[in-house]
Amino acid sequence: MQALFGQLLIGLINGSFYALLSLGLAVIFGLLRVINFAHGAQYMLGAFVAFLLLQYFGIGYWAALIVAPLIVGLLGAVIERTMLSRLYNLDPLYGLLFTFGLALTIEGTFRYLYGASGQPYAPPPLLAGGTNLGFMFLPNYRGWVVVVSLLACLGTWLLIEKTKLGSYLRAATENATLVQVFGVNVPVLLTFTYALGAALAAFAGVLAAPIYQVSPLMGSNMIIVVFAVVVVGGMGSIMGAIVTGYMLGIAEGLTKVFYPEASNIVIFVIMAIVLLLRPAGLFGRDA
Amino acid sequence: MKPMLQVKGLNSWYGESHVLHGVDMTVGEGEMITILGRNGVGKSTTLRTIVGILRERKGQILFDGKDMMNVPLHKTAHAGIGFVPEERGIFATLTVEENLMLPPVVAKGGMSLDEIYELFPNLAERRTSPGTKLSGGEQQMLAMARILRTGVKMLLLDEPTEGLAPVIVQRIGEVLKKLKERGMTVLLVEQNFRFASKIADRFYLMDHGQMVADFPVSELPNQMPMLHKVLGV
Repeated sequence: MQALFGQLLIGLINGSFYALLSLGLAVIFGLLRVINFAHGAQYMLGAFVAFLLLQYFGIGYWAALIVAPLIVGLLGAVIERTMLSRLYNLDPLYGLLFTFGLALTIEGTFRYLYGASGQPYAPPPLLAGGTNLGFMFLPNYRGWVVVVSLLACLGTWLLIEKTKLGSYLRAATENATLVQVFGVNVPVLLTFTYALGAALAAFAGVLAAPIYQVSPLMGSNMIIVVFAVVVVGGMGSIMGAIVTGYMLGIAEGLTKVFYPEASNIVIFVIMAIVLLLRPAGLFGRDA
Repeated sequence: MKPMLQVKGLNSWYGESHVLHGVDMTVGEGEMITILGRNGVGKSTTLRTIVGILRERKGQILFDGKDMMNVPLHKTAHAGIGFVPEERGIFATLTVEENLMLPPVVAKGGMSLDEIYELFPNLAERRTSPGTKLSGGEQQMLAMARILRTGVKMLLLDEPTEGLAPVIVQRIGEVLKKLKERGMTVLLVEQNFRFASKIADRFYLMDHGQMVADFPVSELPNQMPMLHKVLGV
């Protein structure tokens, strides 16, 4: 019983990160039609910015939770404006190759500077310790991660589905030219979207720092699973990315309880099955 | 009459294919103009080139005295040009009201949401439905209505009656007459000749990427033999 809840919690935590990261990927892919391979690097950058802020400026976790996504988002905006935007008229493969190269460059740089081993990052004192729930022991920080990532997902969903800005994003996803004819500056919208996706990844990175340690490779380990999540959920579907992220995280946790040998591959097995039965993904619209 | 839109020697290309071969036309302020012509002579392309969707273009486009050739696409609406595309461009992931509110207001003098719902009661009833769940006629109304909110001075309409039932066509005619009363300048591409003859002030006849004739509605009876020949009606 203890093991079940323990693994469920780990599944939920992993699911939170899958959801946050695949959400960002889905938002970027939806509008830019770019498969952002740099997403894992941006997640890692978020964690590293938090680590460096603490190391050199004494800026702690709570401020980093805001500042690191802002910095990485801004960096994303610069990259989109100066480089990625030049590739929109080419085959989508170029966007993929570019972001893949970008990821290798960023990860290589940090690996050169900090080595492959992780740097510790302590959880904030406010969330140290744990709570005994009776049926299990819940580390406070992990509870916080589940709650706050759920809120971030919900906030992003609301931004896209319920606001004016979101209606521009959805409309431009369907027909960017017409939205531009109406007088909306779509290139700025694209920059904003890429920055938003990068910032979400960085936010997840800061949340992950106290759990997984801050390492240059933390992103590339995560991103492969996240791509599987996006494929299962359906490319470009916002709600699909969120729900599938949590679902697959939990599926992975449950597999660890009942058949640990399969836990590393269960997500990819699910991906293969979904691809066979519903190639557009669980929440994707059929093309 | 003060000219609102002046087009001189307009050429445009879809990649290799040269579609407009020197279009000349003038639309006066408050005028309602219809471009007639067979399929594939460049009527829709004329609208798309004026709006700036087609960027491979040469010649002159003056709108309200302003040179439009180097105006970026997202600034065209702000200069005062509204466009309703042939495929209507209703967004499936937006509700009717979101579709309606999507184009930014570019100038004063547009209709308020209440006025629009008064003019198009169907849209008010279905304001929370996804845009593409509307019937073809309702989608056309929505495509027009959302431009009316923005306060543009001129409306470019590409085949608004295509594929619609006669009663809806009549309704669109009424809406266009109301717009004319409000002083809106309209440039219309239309295959439905009967419909166009009831609402237009003046006609341009297009063939092979050029304007080949231009006459007011009063001369229509005299022009019929020539129209029969060029349009094949």
